[in-house]
Amino acid sequence: MLIDILISAFLVISGIFGLVGSFGLIKLPDPMMRLHAPTKATTLGVGGALIASMLYFYFVVGNFSFHELMITLFLFLTAPITGHFIAKTHLHLMHKPADLPPTGTDRPWASYESDGERQSFEEAAKTGDA
Amino acid sequence: MIEYALYFAFACFGLGLLMNIYRVISAPAVGDRILALDTMVVNAIALLALYGIHKGTTVYFEASMIIAMTGFISTVSYTRFLLRGDIIE
Repeated sequence: MLIDILISAFLVISGIFGLVGSFGLIKLPDPMMRLHAPTKATTLGVGGALIASMLYFYFVVGNFSFHELMITLFLFLTAPITGHFIAKTHLHLMHKPADLPPTGTDRPWASYESDGERQSFEEAAKTGDA
Repeated sequence: MIEYALYFAFACFGLGLLMNIYRVISAPAVGDRILALDTMVVNAIALLALYGIHKGTTVYFEASMIIAMTGFISTVSYTRFLLRGDIIE
């Protein structure tokens, strides 16, 4: 009975988180805010569903399986990487470097720095040390 | 009780998938479209896991593992194509 309640709670919580994540994708006004909802809320929702499935197969059916744990781990590892890539795509396609706040140093933001600029800055730093 | 919670979760993730499809069709910028596709992959994995509980089999976990991997790689390659104009340089 207790395990039934636990599994049901995990399922309901995961459903709510998944719905909130997908709803945030539509609702939020700014593209960078929209990036926030699915990468966090939906990942947590799918993690909850997979944990519920793991508990179900261990306590109700009676065989333990590592697959859910592997999928959860994989999703939790890849979500920040995809989020980073999508944010970078958005920055490079929609913003000019002049729109961004100043970095406070001579160098531009790392994502906008060209290879030639980076090389010259690193050489300047090296000769400055010597 | 698990049955009703399952139906609730099915409804939530199904509704989420519909919202994502709406977002893919009417995205304001291409970044949102990639994001919606990525979220669709995650929601599909959740639906597969729930379907596995519903049917009581573990066959679907291999499928969701493969979907997770292809989804990740497709998202990264799509964004990389937009950033560099090339996927494997």
